[in-house]
Amino acid sequence: MSKYIPFRAKSLGVSVLLDKRTIIVAVVLVVISLAVAIANAAIGSMRIHPLSAVRIFLGMGDPTEATIVLNFRLPRMLVAFLVGMLLAGAGAVLQGMIRNPLASPDIMGITGGASAAAVLFITLLPTASVRYLPFAAMAGAVVATAVIYLLAWKKGVSAMRLVLIGVGIEASMKALTTLLIVRSPFYSSSKALTWLTGTVYGANWGNVWALLPWAAVLLPLTAIAGRTLNVLQLGDDTAAGAGSRVNRDRLLLLALCVAMAGAAVAVGGAIGFVALLAPHIARMLTGPSFGGLLPVSALAGGIIVALADLVARTAFAPLDLPVGIFTSMIGAPFFMYLLYRNRKA
Amino acid sequence: MHALETKQLTLSYGEAPIIENLDLTVPKGKITVLIGGNGSGKSTLLRSMARLLKPDAGSVVLEGKPIASMSTKEVARRLAILPQGPTAPEGLTVLQLVKQGRYPYQSWLKQWSEEDERAVKRALKATGMEPLAERPVDSLSGGQRQRAWIAMTLAQGTRTILLDEPTTYLDLTHQIEVLDLLFELNELEQRTIVMVLHDINLACRYAHHIVAVKDRTVVACGKPEEIVTEELIRRVFDLECRIVPDPLFGTPMCVPVGKGRDVSARKHAHATA
Amino acid sequence: MSPLLRNGALKLIGLCAAALLLVAFVCSSIVYGVISTNWQTAVDAYLHFNGSNEHIAIRELRVPRALVAVCVGVSLGLSGTLLQALTRNPLADLGLMGINSGAGLAVVAAIAFFSVGSLNQFTWIAFAGAVASGIVVYVLGSVGREGLSPLKVTLAGAAVTALASSLIHALLLVDKRNMDEVLFWLAGSVQGRKLSLLADVLPYMAVAWVGALILSGPINTLMLGEDVAKGLGQRTVVVKAAAGVVIMTLCAASVAIAGPIAFIGLVSPHICRYLVGRDIRWMAVYSAFVGAILLLAADIAARFAAMPGEMPIGVMTALIGTPFFIYAARKEWAKS
Repeated sequence: MSKYIPFRAKSLGVSVLLDKRTIIVAVVLVVISLAVAIANAAIGSMRIHPLSAVRIFLGMGDPTEATIVLNFRLPRMLVAFLVGMLLAGAGAVLQGMIRNPLASPDIMGITGGASAAAVLFITLLPTASVRYLPFAAMAGAVVATAVIYLLAWKKGVSAMRLVLIGVGIEASMKALTTLLIVRSPFYSSSKALTWLTGTVYGANWGNVWALLPWAAVLLPLTAIAGRTLNVLQLGDDTAAGAGSRVNRDRLLLLALCVAMAGAAVAVGGAIGFVALLAPHIARMLTGPSFGGLLPVSALAGGIIVALADLVARTAFAPLDLPVGIFTSMIGAPFFMYLLYRNRKA
Repeated sequence: MHALETKQLTLSYGEAPIIENLDLTVPKGKITVLIGGNGSGKSTLLRSMARLLKPDAGSVVLEGKPIASMSTKEVARRLAILPQGPTAPEGLTVLQLVKQGRYPYQSWLKQWSEEDERAVKRALKATGMEPLAERPVDSLSGGQRQRAWIAMTLAQGTRTILLDEPTTYLDLTHQIEVLDLLFELNELEQRTIVMVLHDINLACRYAHHIVAVKDRTVVACGKPEEIVTEELIRRVFDLECRIVPDPLFGTPMCVPVGKGRDVSARKHAHATA
Repeated sequence: MSPLLRNGALKLIGLCAAALLLVAFVCSSIVYGVISTNWQTAVDAYLHFNGSNEHIAIRELRVPRALVAVCVGVSLGLSGTLLQALTRNPLADLGLMGINSGAGLAVVAAIAFFSVGSLNQFTWIAFAGAVASGIVVYVLGSVGREGLSPLKVTLAGAAVTALASSLIHALLLVDKRNMDEVLFWLAGSVQGRKLSLLADVLPYMAVAWVGALILSGPINTLMLGEDVAKGLGQRTVVVKAAAGVVIMTLCAASVAIAGPIAFIGLVSPHICRYLVGRDIRWMAVYSAFVGAILLLAADIAARFAAMPGEMPIGVMTALIGTPFFIYAARKEWAKS
């Protein structure tokens, strides 16, 4: 068992088995995140030297450059990163719970519900403060998920049923959203469409502080959920036999997923494919055990969105495109490649 | 105290009951096998004994306590179940699978105690899976895969293990591999084993105690050599047969009557007469 | 479970009833609306045209709209029956499987990049898009050990829909000129389509209708199982390919003229199965009528639901179709 490092702290009552490969992967990803952060700070309409960017992060550096980085680029990058981590976490938890690698909050109506609620908010109250948008989106996600759960209930909830009902609800959410966009005046519909594609344009420190508490609470919870997810993977009967309260656990995991998806969609809109992709990438790097999969997915998700946003705001200058376009354009072909590879297995 | 018993158990899927007012006791430290025709309810019975199904009426009693009153974890520490045709996620290694068996003893903070480590090592050794610990479960042969799953139930450290048709999808070599392993484990550690087997002959060979299920209830239970008769087979399986002693073990062996090439001595005797 | 119309005679009678119902709906569609008219006015509009608002509305708007709805409804009903039979998935639907989205994406891309104009070209482009997404969904849905399964196909379809939607959004954001029109079209609409446009797609539709009816017999055999059908001497590859082409054509033609409309293809086969049982030949004929009636009903409802504005018909079908989908899904679970 030399691939593992057991860690025990008797005084705290903690014992954990750490997988060496996961630790290495996680460290590498953290390094990559820092590189992406520096790149984000450096690249833009005003070029800033990477070393200057590092100095600005450390609190020193040129005041003009610092203003740009600290007021615009850094919060935007942090929001992108946090949104990516939350989406990836939601996707990993959902895939584990549904036992299907194609499941994703995007597909199952959870983000659809959040989007519909958000668009409703934007079109009904176009002058209301954007601060309240997250709550609307979360409420939408919760309502949609509750409806899906209830409709999938038949003496308990099975993975397949959740997915099927979810797909149906997603379709109706999309119809509702389209209806709202189409029936509203042009300026609102443009805003709604942009938002629907997913964007972190104009993200500021307010958004960061809005998102941070959610990330700080929910992401560690996913780390703990790894155990439960692992045992659920073995099948409902085996999991019950091993002592898992299957229906209760599934509900809790669903709640976790909804909370993370809701928080992410509230700030970043429906950025697609991250929730689907990041867990797959993580699985390729660390294998199917959820103990390692969840933190690595989160890191991968953060990197994907931050990187995609970098491309989105600079590649087609002066156009600042919504990040959702690029996550889709990276996400979709990569996803199909993954599935093609899986086919041979 | 019996390992497991059912009292007036009634189970149904939808309208019609599959099991009605069934009383059953499972002797401690022995191998018990449930036999019965297709749809006789033996799998349903086993699953309800593992608390995977709620009975319509009656109760299941585990080590003297009604199973319905125990928490899921309590049950999991005394009873393990291996369902039919289990599937492991792609790429999961044997070690990762067996580790899951320690679930009822772990919590958020305590995820890998020394006892966990010891139990997993013991389970791997007992099933001969130590050399294969890092291999993905889906790359193993049928017999090896079942042994990996059995290792998981062993790691759970329970006194009783329930297995639902553990040999159904295996070829004969692997069937014997798995049943031999279970027999050894029972001999060495006196764990109570309850299995559903569809092969009556293997059931007679390995079981200390057989329970025959038909018409929603138990029609016979006891030692194979005492209860497995042509009459029982006729009643339970609707099959005419001859019972002869197994040439290796002496346990009852069922040879069905029917069509086939008759090359026996009798025919030759007729032919030359 | 035996169907409502048990024997051949009853089924024929049912067919006549369906035809009458269809005519009734068409008439309602022509007569009712924002400008209220009556049957007399409608007849007058053709026999004694006098240039009044009502007459113009009836000739230029209502009648084309009703005819478009009928043609698209027939196409969607037929395609739904074939699709569900072919994929052996009672929850299959062109919209849910992403095939509509693929067709839609192709058309939007064509407008954005090539300024494509004529509806003829739209149909071919939509066909290409439908085929491409159909292939992708088929491949993705067959991944893994168990081959094609309803769950995987549904998921694959949802993934393709998500992809197509985001690309469509992207294209619309980059080129904002046609955004409102395209958005409305994307929601599905039978409104405002000139009869000449219908005439452009009608040949494709008509050929596909005939094809569907001809194929329904072989598909009956195919439903017994691929191996069984082969054993009986059927060339299953040919039948499946032909059915695929027919379904895609029906989809492409419908999308080209009316935008992507989902759920009609889901609901029609279920209603037909209830009425006439599992014989695909009867189901196909009935689903043509049922599809047309459903779409007309949805259109009339959409007209009134958001007076004086218009609710896009795709939204109406989705809002009615979703509860039906959920009901059908729950019924499936009850069986197993």
